[in-house]
Amino acid sequence: MVEHGEIRVVHRGGSKINFRQPVFTHDSRFLLCASANAVKVFSASTEECVHHLVGHTDLVTGLILRPSNHLQVFSCSLDGTVRLWDYDDGILIKTFVVGFPIYSIYASGSHDGVLFLTIPAKNDKRSDAFQLVAVQLPQSSEQLVEAREISAVLPDVSANPGAISFGRAGQYIASVCGLHLEVFFFKKQKSFRFSLKEENNKGIKNTFTCAACHPKEDCIATGHEDGKIRLWRNFSHKKEYTHSALHWHHDAVGALSFTPEGTNLLSGGVESVLVLWRYNQETQKDFLPRLGAAIAHIAVSPDGSLFCTAHSDNKITVIHSYVRVSAVIQGLVRGDRIWTDLVVDPRSKALVMNGKPGHLQFYSLQRDKLLYNLDIVQQEYIHESGLDQFEVVKVDFDAGGNWLATVEERKQNSAELELNLKLWAFDEQTQSFVLNTTVPAPHEDRISDLSFSPDRTTLLVSASRDGHFKAWALAPPTDAEDQSPSWCCDFVASYHGLAPHCCGFSADGSLLAVGFQEVVTVWSTASWELLTTLSQPPGHVRNLCFGRLSCSKYLLGTTTKNQLCCWNLLSCSLEWSTSMDVTLLLADPLSENMAAFCFEAGSTDLFVFKPSEPRPLFSHKAVCSGRVLRAVFSPREELLEGCEEDVQWLNSSRLFFFTPSMDLMTFSTKAEEDRLMASSKQLVIGDQVSMTPFNLLLGKRGQTEGQEVAAGSERVQPPQGSSAVKELLQTPAHVLPSTSYLCSMFVQSLLISTSDKREQNNVTEEEMESEKEEDDSEDEETQSSAVKPDVASGGGRTGDPTRPHGLTKAQTKELRRVRKLDYSWLRDLD
Amino acid sequence: MSSFKPTKIPVYPKLGEKVTQETLYWKDYKAPIQIKEFGAITNLDFSPVAPHNFAVTAFTRIHIYGPFSQEPVKTFTKFKDNAYCGRFRSDGQLLVAGCEDTQVRLFDVCGKVALRMFKGHTKAVHVTDFTSDRYQIFTGSDDYTCRLWDIPNSTELLSYQEHTDYIRCGITSKLNSNLFITGSYDHTLKVFDTRTDKSVLSMDHGQPVESLLLYPSEGLLVSAGGRYVKVWDLLKAGEPLVSLKNHHKTVTCLCLSSNGQRLLSGSLDRHVKVYNTTTYKVVHNFDYAASILSLGLAPNDESIVVGMTNGILSIKHRKGSEDSKEGVVQQRRRPSYRVFVKGKNYVPKQDDYLIGKPVKEHLAKYDRQLKKFNVSKALDTALETYTRTRKPEITVAVIKELDRRGKLKNALAGRDEQGLSRLLSFLIGHVVNQRFAPVLITAADMILDIYRSTIGQSPVIDRQLLRLQDLIEREIDYEQDLLEVLGMLDAIFACSLPKKEVPSSNISRQNGLTQGESSTTVPPQIQTS
Repeated sequence: MVEHGEIRVVHRGGSKINFRQPVFTHDSRFLLCASANAVKVFSASTEECVHHLVGHTDLVTGLILRPSNHLQVFSCSLDGTVRLWDYDDGILIKTFVVGFPIYSIYASGSHDGVLFLTIPAKNDKRSDAFQLVAVQLPQSSEQLVEAREISAVLPDVSANPGAISFGRAGQYIASVCGLHLEVFFFKKQKSFRFSLKEENNKGIKNTFTCAACHPKEDCIATGHEDGKIRLWRNFSHKKEYTHSALHWHHDAVGALSFTPEGTNLLSGGVESVLVLWRYNQETQKDFLPRLGAAIAHIAVSPDGSLFCTAHSDNKITVIHSYVRVSAVIQGLVRGDRIWTDLVVDPRSKALVMNGKPGHLQFYSLQRDKLLYNLDIVQQEYIHESGLDQFEVVKVDFDAGGNWLATVEERKQNSAELELNLKLWAFDEQTQSFVLNTTVPAPHEDRISDLSFSPDRTTLLVSASRDGHFKAWALAPPTDAEDQSPSWCCDFVASYHGLAPHCCGFSADGSLLAVGFQEVVTVWSTASWELLTTLSQPPGHVRNLCFGRLSCSKYLLGTTTKNQLCCWNLLSCSLEWSTSMDVTLLLADPLSENMAAFCFEAGSTDLFVFKPSEPRPLFSHKAVCSGRVLRAVFSPREELLEGCEEDVQWLNSSRLFFFTPSMDLMTFSTKAEEDRLMASSKQLVIGDQVSMTPFNLLLGKRGQTEGQEVAAGSERVQPPQGSSAVKELLQTPAHVLPSTSYLCSMFVQSLLISTSDKREQNNVTEEEMESEKEEDDSEDEETQSSAVKPDVASGGGRTGDPTRPHGLTKAQTKELRRVRKLDYSWLRDLD
Repeated sequence: MSSFKPTKIPVYPKLGEKVTQETLYWKDYKAPIQIKEFGAITNLDFSPVAPHNFAVTAFTRIHIYGPFSQEPVKTFTKFKDNAYCGRFRSDGQLLVAGCEDTQVRLFDVCGKVALRMFKGHTKAVHVTDFTSDRYQIFTGSDDYTCRLWDIPNSTELLSYQEHTDYIRCGITSKLNSNLFITGSYDHTLKVFDTRTDKSVLSMDHGQPVESLLLYPSEGLLVSAGGRYVKVWDLLKAGEPLVSLKNHHKTVTCLCLSSNGQRLLSGSLDRHVKVYNTTTYKVVHNFDYAASILSLGLAPNDESIVVGMTNGILSIKHRKGSEDSKEGVVQQRRRPSYRVFVKGKNYVPKQDDYLIGKPVKEHLAKYDRQLKKFNVSKALDTALETYTRTRKPEITVAVIKELDRRGKLKNALAGRDEQGLSRLLSFLIGHVVNQRFAPVLITAADMILDIYRSTIGQSPVIDRQLLRLQDLIEREIDYEQDLLEVLGMLDAIFACSLPKKEVPSSNISRQNGLTQGESSTTVPPQIQTS
């Protein structure tokens, strides 16, 4: 499949962290969450990712702390294994092979050595039928253990991990599925099944969504599709059970959880409000509104001091028990589709795309971290399913990153389209974008493309389906009162009433190409004259790209009829064309390379080429299945030195793209991977919060200080270290590699090689005790050196006092030391 | 947890002219005093000495008004026919005027009878002026001649016959007693020097010249004629400097503001325009009821006097400083400075804990209701009388927000007669407003849907619904007319614009597509709702 052994397609960050319920560690300091094929350990206070637990080969579907050892955690995955980790050190302890894809995992303190797993029902042919099984974990010291002792507990359960819950002290397990609540009592080995009617007369849906059991009492809380929460009691009897309903949510209850003491019940749903119900006093509620997105999971720390909610926008919110947000861990927000093109912010080099509804997200590709969200719509978001909301659909930056243009639209089903064009200026003081101009209804129909002029003049072009394209320019302030300049329309044009689909500026900003269906029109931005038209029928123009640097005389276009054309702008003629179904054409901003994603036979191929010759520099068949619709070139922080022709295109930029299943992928070389691995290993620090790195440093220092001081008195600056220190101090900070990379080198340069240090340590240890007594003798020395200037060259403090003086003195000292030495070890020899 | 985001109220630019320093200055006049004269007021002249009386030439009389009088302080009636161009001498003692009966009369400002009569012209004399040495009079007449007269002897000194049409304007130099300039209906301006027997400079204005003006430095000459006001550089031998075309009828009079920074021009199109003399841009505009024939500005711009064809003299006085004094008196007593700084300048001591006050965000009434999802109440607060009448954009923004939340129907439903009537009257007031129409039409649709069954129960509501229907029908007709006009305009533009050909090269072969002109015109956009 992979033609070039060197370049591979790899996942690069942005994975989901809200897929499963996060788990608090026993001391509430860390938060574990499943993230694609790995488990991430976050610090609950600093929001930083501390460890990556990598080992699973498929999606991690569940996490649970080991009931018998709170420093270990079980994780299960679709690859059919359960793995036991030490999350503190990030070490894989054991792997249990189950052999079936596992969808969720449960454990209870009263069932030692048994794990409860949800696996697909074997005998059932339906793909969506699952069963709950108990797996006895074999006692073995081996790393890889087969766990084959599987016994069925409950048939027909939901795959949703929130639908199953252990009851008080692990006596029973409650499972909801469809319209049934099933409770299985372990002692009696008997299950009770309670059903609700499908719909009562008001058409309210009664379907169960989730369940939670009270930790101290026999009570089960279940959430329903219609927003009700039912509390079931006395369910050990088939007939005499009771249930009461709590109703606040207006939409389905997404998650339920009891606090460890059972005093509070937490619930959340689409409304993105965390509701805290007092157990037994349900009229008293606490709310935490506007959490940002629908609540998918709720977790409570074992001591009950922290709650955490996982939201549908790939966010985890850590909340204090007094209902106050304390930390937010935000991952890359991936909606069902990307409306905006992928854009790289010229300032922060962050990937910019639409994130939360009505927001733009700035995502650092280098650090795999969401930098911030920019609120574009600036409207109260109403959390209600089926409501038409504003979406950010177009975004572009100008070349310097000083201006940001966004288009938001709301397609009402009945009334006309609502469009807003907004222009944001970068504010140096707050280091973020500030709204400068809002243009309501800039066009009469959807805006199909938005492009800033790449040169420093501020010029924006928007092309719309209403058949016009408009140029927007920064106008000087009209009034004396408002100082800030604002944007206004500079030019409007159409071409034969055709709808423009794409537009693009040449690298120097002097030409504008607008694709009107079959025709490409080239305009001069200085005079707004139509210079020429280019066309290659049949097929509408889908993408337009000007060549860069040495290839700036070429204009490339792709059409819907599987054509990739390259026009020479000097002769206004077709240079070459080729027949391929290009879904996406991209120009590398730092080189003349172009990347074309072509759809062929159900999968997408990548071709990298220079416009000057129709020969691919690099091609990669079957990058992924389906069409790649979004990709971006991101400039590298440091250049690579690949010399082979097919690797060279990766030297200055990286190519990121989104697969149809919304995975962020990139192309990477082997050498780069290796280097990345090495640097990530250096980064891992033994993280114990009480033992901060600073503390670590100081602590180590404190241990060795006694020795160092003594040894240091005799040591001069090691000469080999000075060059490294000089380099570190004299090179400008912005060209240095990362500090973590330099740190070890720097520290090493300061140290003397370990072998002679040990020797010296031995000596100094012995000397240490004698040192104090030597003090008075040294006083004498200095006096004597003053008397005898010929021996003063020896130096008072650092020099070896034994050498320059008379033997008698040295001898007496030696004698003294010998007297002090501990010869007890000699006794052991006997 | 983010806080509640208040409803966005769009800020619409204020219609009408922009308020600048200039408009503030020129608007700072009191309501005009209007005095009816017997005929068209052809000339206005301010006395150069205090108290700056002004002479108004109208019909067969010349009235002299004091700066604040509404009655003439002096009247000269000894004209047999229409009097023209009553002008003061630079000492304010003498007044000269031409007449339809070819005679030029010289009056003492205090006397009644003419001191001198200058006879010699054969046709009506429209232009008279004193030279700067005070001893001579210059006149221009419809007999195409301009003459110079000696006051003591009342004899004719010089006569120039160079113009080929009526001389209707002229001015003497204030710095050089030998120079005067005439403007004629033969489209020319001529500069005469009494020491030579011919004109020294001639400029072509292009239209019959109606008025002339010299800058105080006398380097620049302004002429008005036809729709044009032109500025000539005399120091560069009469080179045209600027041509201004801001009036749409003949410009009849010119005037400089007292500091020489602004030029005023009055025209038959009933406007007085104020130009900046550095950029020659119109900075202000006065409207009058009738065509303007004469214009005068008192020293220090204390008053603007305009004479019109219908014989009405309009005098505007500058608002005095006593008006602003009244404002000071009315100013409310504010709490003292001490109240505001109380506790603010306290410096916390070393061990003090500073506890910040939680900033309470202020929400508008309707936002508070929206925050609680009380949609009906939110609409009620937005429909309060003050908001509804003074700030309709708030009401519309709330309706839009409710629509966005999908709760507009709930908010509109369940209203009694009074509430519905209030809502309908708001709709009637604003549904045709182009800015609000898209939102309000949706709301109107919903109201009709909801209350369809109740039609006929209340006469008030029925009447309002009929009015609404009528209004919308009229609006539809109006917009149809506009669209027709737009179509006509498009046709005219398409004809008048030169066809723009795409530079042809060998591309036509390559493209296989014929090229046509591109429509790069900016079509006048009329929003249809």
